[in-house]
Amino acid sequence: MHPAKSIIAFTTLSGLGFGLLFWLGSGLADFTGWVGFTFHVIGLGLASAGLLASTLHLGHPERALRAFTQWRTSWLSREGLAAVGALTAMGLHTLTVLNGTPITALGFLGAALSFATVFTTSMIYAQLKTVPRWHTWATPALFMALSLGGGALLAAQTQIAAPLLAAAAALQLLWWMKGDQAFRQSATTLATATRLGPGQVRAFEPPHTGTNYLMQEMVYRVGRRHARRLRILALALGYGLPLALLMLPMGHMAALVAVLSHLLGILASRWLFFAEAEHVVGLYYGRPQ
Amino acid sequence: MTQLPAKTERKLGLVIDLDTCVGCHACVVSCKGWNTENYGAPLADTDAYGGNPVGTFLNRVHSYEVTTPEAPPRLVHFPKSCLHCEDAPCVTVCPTGASYKRVEDGIVLVNESACIGCGLCAWACPYGARELDAVEKVMKKCTLCVDRIYNENLPEEDRTPACVRTCPAGARHFGDFADPDSNVSRLTAERGGVDLMPEQGTKPTNKYLPPRPRDALREEVDVLAPFLAPVAETPTGFLGWLDRTLSKLPGGPN
Repeated sequence: MHPAKSIIAFTTLSGLGFGLLFWLGSGLADFTGWVGFTFHVIGLGLASAGLLASTLHLGHPERALRAFTQWRTSWLSREGLAAVGALTAMGLHTLTVLNGTPITALGFLGAALSFATVFTTSMIYAQLKTVPRWHTWATPALFMALSLGGGALLAAQTQIAAPLLAAAAALQLLWWMKGDQAFRQSATTLATATRLGPGQVRAFEPPHTGTNYLMQEMVYRVGRRHARRLRILALALGYGLPLALLMLPMGHMAALVAVLSHLLGILASRWLFFAEAEHVVGLYYGRPQ
Repeated sequence: MTQLPAKTERKLGLVIDLDTCVGCHACVVSCKGWNTENYGAPLADTDAYGGNPVGTFLNRVHSYEVTTPEAPPRLVHFPKSCLHCEDAPCVTVCPTGASYKRVEDGIVLVNESACIGCGLCAWACPYGARELDAVEKVMKKCTLCVDRIYNENLPEEDRTPACVRTCPAGARHFGDFADPDSNVSRLTAERGGVDLMPEQGTKPTNKYLPPRPRDALREEVDVLAPFLAPVAETPTGFLGWLDRTLSKLPGGPN
């Protein structure tokens, strides 16, 4: 799949932001006054920056309000509603924290909606049967573990962050291992796509000499040469270094390094999430799997 | 609404005969023409006369080679457009309700003025039937020529999809699959019409008729063949003399 920068930035930043908001809202990361306010603003900023970035890839962002209407069937619509709900609840919670009178129920609601937002984001991808690498329970599990782990890291909750990041690293490895087999193990092949046979089916001629939207968007192949290196980078920066720093007594600088390293690593992982994903329509274009 | 209807009154769709299709791409051209001049946003081309032309098409013809040990390889031309699935995954993922499946005839359409161009429906479609227009930035797909099939301003014989009307080989058929006696239902039953990617669970309306089996090559081509004089390996007579003499001249291949 085409790794659109706006979607990579959106899922990474929003995941981190809503993770932070989850811990702030749930009261487990209990900060008051200006410190609490600052943490809330960072969380709200990351989450909304991600959401704004996601509108960049829309053809008609001016019609974005319509995307709140189809929550009965559409995970994308559900995500929009959950995100706006989470931002509203946590925005109000921010004010109550600054005022020194945090409302627990509001925080819980914000935390639940933040959690729901990340889950709905992951389900947008996990629901797609057409991309076998994404179509697994491990996709939401990985997104959730990353969001909660990264959020805890950002909220300076070292006791929670360490086990969650370790779990996320394990899920990441599992997701890659499952993902590398997913297309071959899925029932869809060129034979089921064309129903031609018996015999060996080979794409002989494409429908046109140039490229097209489908090929640019879904039959996209880039950087797979560096996939292994990027995976190691993602593991080292996203999980290894932050975990190592969490084991040490952390100062503010170390915490900043841990957060930035985590962010970079997850950006690399999220880039691979798209760049390595194979869409079944590629079969029609003769992409060997 | 992106909720799929439990049942549609009619199931309009196409039968595509892979045995008959000659791969001329006339359906591609007529589809592009009709759908650029009529319903909805025109189908854009970018850099149409330059080095990297890219365009939106609602119907494309692939070609596949099928090889079996017992027969020579055969080429199958394979037109592909929206299959107007009963369980259309492109419709349910749409966040705005722009994509919908009509209750009256089962046609899957896009309300272009409600489409935000997020592209998720194109991701959800396993067949590559939806393309985001590069100029209008809305999702384009086959409408089954909804503006032809009910159009009383057209002569009756033209009230079929443009691709069906134009196909010179008669490889495309249009009709109602809900009616077991319709031309398309009968063709599907007689010729063993199949669904593409049935494992994806989309329940496509359009059906593909597999190519008929070809005659196999038998071992003895002609009983008289063994009596035919073999072609001489080394030339004799005048030609032999010419061959030998020319070979002696310098500058030849040997």
